[in-house]
Amino acid sequence: MDFTFSEDQLLFCDSVKDFLTTEVTADSIRSAWDSETGRNPALWQQMVELGLTAMLVPEAQGGLGMNELDFILLAEECGKVALPEPLVETVLVATPLLASLAAEDARCSRLLEQIAAGEIHIAVQHSVNQLVSDAHIADWLLLCNGDQIHLLSKDQVQLTVQKSVDPSRRLFSVEWQASEETCLAKGSLGVALQAASLNRGALGAAAQLIGLAEAMVAQTVTYTSERLQFGKAIGTNQALKHHMANCAVKTEFAKPPLYRAAYTLSQKPNHADFAVSHAKVVAGEAALLAAKNAIQCHGAMGYTWECDLHIWMKRAWALDKFWGHGGFHKNRIHQWLLKPAAKIGADKTFGEQI
Amino acid sequence: MMDLNYSPEQVAFRQQVRQWLAEHVPAEPLASFDTEAGFEQHREWEKTLAQGNWGMVTWPESYGGRGCNLIEWLIFEEEYYRAKAPLRVNQNGIFLLGPTLMEYGTDEQKARFIPKMASGEEIWAQGWSEPGAGSDMASIRSKAIRDGDEYVINGQKVWSTRAVFADWVFCIFRTDPESEKHKGLSFILVPLDTPGVTVRPIPQLDGLPGFAEIFFDDVRVPVTNRLGDEGQGWQIAMATAGFERGLMLRSPARFQETAKRLVELYRNHQNDILDLSIEDAVVKAFLSAEAYALSTYQTASRLMKGGTIGAEASLNKIFWSELDQSMHETAMSILAARAELLPEAPAAGDVGTWLDGFLFSQSGPIYAGTNEIQRNIIAERLLGMPRK
Repeated sequence: MDFTFSEDQLLFCDSVKDFLTTEVTADSIRSAWDSETGRNPALWQQMVELGLTAMLVPEAQGGLGMNELDFILLAEECGKVALPEPLVETVLVATPLLASLAAEDARCSRLLEQIAAGEIHIAVQHSVNQLVSDAHIADWLLLCNGDQIHLLSKDQVQLTVQKSVDPSRRLFSVEWQASEETCLAKGSLGVALQAASLNRGALGAAAQLIGLAEAMVAQTVTYTSERLQFGKAIGTNQALKHHMANCAVKTEFAKPPLYRAAYTLSQKPNHADFAVSHAKVVAGEAALLAAKNAIQCHGAMGYTWECDLHIWMKRAWALDKFWGHGGFHKNRIHQWLLKPAAKIGADKTFGEQI
Repeated sequence: MMDLNYSPEQVAFRQQVRQWLAEHVPAEPLASFDTEAGFEQHREWEKTLAQGNWGMVTWPESYGGRGCNLIEWLIFEEEYYRAKAPLRVNQNGIFLLGPTLMEYGTDEQKARFIPKMASGEEIWAQGWSEPGAGSDMASIRSKAIRDGDEYVINGQKVWSTRAVFADWVFCIFRTDPESEKHKGLSFILVPLDTPGVTVRPIPQLDGLPGFAEIFFDDVRVPVTNRLGDEGQGWQIAMATAGFERGLMLRSPARFQETAKRLVELYRNHQNDILDLSIEDAVVKAFLSAEAYALSTYQTASRLMKGGTIGAEASLNKIFWSELDQSMHETAMSILAARAELLPEAPAAGDVGTWLDGFLFSQSGPIYAGTNEIQRNIIAERLLGMPRK
């Protein structure tokens, strides 16, 4: 029993954190809003060179063969800087889905090589989201139709822009035709793969939500330490301190469920529903509270377009609802709790022990 | 490498704990330890635990412990609450003073106090708060003035839990009468049967004398009853408070078992629940109890690798106290109109210990430093918000 990350995992996270903090700033995010795609190909190439897109690609396809737990701290960091690029979904959703099919399907194997090499983007659709994010830059799309999963090239689909309140998010509805040739999986395999994608998507969103929450608290601490009223920093007021302390409590107790979910997905993916839903619910709550308390502590400034806070707030509001909102995930837990056979109690934290 | 599986040794340890508890935990729940009879029943239970070397598993074997690491401690606690074993009447001693003694006590003090604490022979109360010094503990005015090899103590302590039936109290007194605030305080141990000590019971919400006021009138104790150096009292008290807010006092097992009972209560009342918020509250309570357990395993793992716990303890204290309160509020909502009934009321039915637990849960956000104080600590020391 050891609930800590390894030195290697922590060191790698630190180096990626430094990279992201330097390269992804409020200014760079704002300037991307005005570009056609909203995405920065040069930044993506830098991430490819760091090996980030290859992390969960199996070694057989030229990847690093790592798992969800290896990536989870990095996903948190992506949230912390409000990264617009679809790194988290590429690594945690598209890659494992293709890797599940690579042994039987040469197309998937080839796509994994290209992901690792940074040659392509893949977008993933899931019924829980309806819309597809980053479909406009995708070379290939993984699309669901009932119990089936299909692979279509960008030329085979028609996209309709669906604007988000978060100018960094690029969402699309996709029109397409299913065919025998495009089908990668169906039946129970298709259902299982879609369920796994849901869990991995929710895990990635949860990790980013934690990062977003911490970033909003950090920005608010800075702002309230500098902003003077009645001759003193507004952050000296207990009411504001308690707003921030409440955020810190929520975030602190959302992290262990997140790490447990990442661990469970990497070790026992078929038993991860509960752990993932737990992580998504509490990460969403932590981020929503951070957004609410952060804007309150910023006062009118927080309600402006000029203040950077909204970059993080809007991402939090969006990701809280993406890959299953709180109600969806609480319902999964509720259904489980109602089962008389559900194993709960003090000795059951890590499953049935005796 | 993260590994969330118990080792075969840990599984065997759990089995050993489970078996011992199955053989020794009293079949009938003990009376409240805030009654004279119940206090003695709980003292007997402490003796039983000590005889099996289960009193404080993390302590060294030389003090009656088992030298367990924190993961084994968590396993022990899980089994302890699972077996519905009695609450620990000596919690002030074993969870707060014990670790403080091990860190700051002399060898003589450790030998004098720890074994009797472990055996339940000496039950401890805490004497920090005063009428004018609650959250503002640096305002302590009770004095212990040096007179040769003795201190002469005068003053008053209040909100002293378990002091009505306890044997000893650990206190903070002002040993330098000219000093102010955090300076000039010392940490002194006082037998409650010393001449000049008067203990006046204060009934708590349940009507039982769980609190006491302690009056000191020219009470003389030897200088050797001081823990640490003269004037070091504040520093030692902060270490004790760290133990109180930190890992040991409220292990997650307690809340996980409450959450389990809440889920069971909820299942049993599926057809008569009207309050629309209850489904959500039950799910959240369960998730929070689970999160607290996960967090504690994470902290324990970190500490075992040489990490430390500081102001983070304030996060814990807020989380468990508010979790306990919300679980009991939810149970009261499920029990609805019967929730107010005492267990002996004929119509009480499955109200059971929920009412008692609900009352006690109101104290969680207050004791061990109010949650408002904890929020200040978090904002200033963890987040770096300005003090002035």
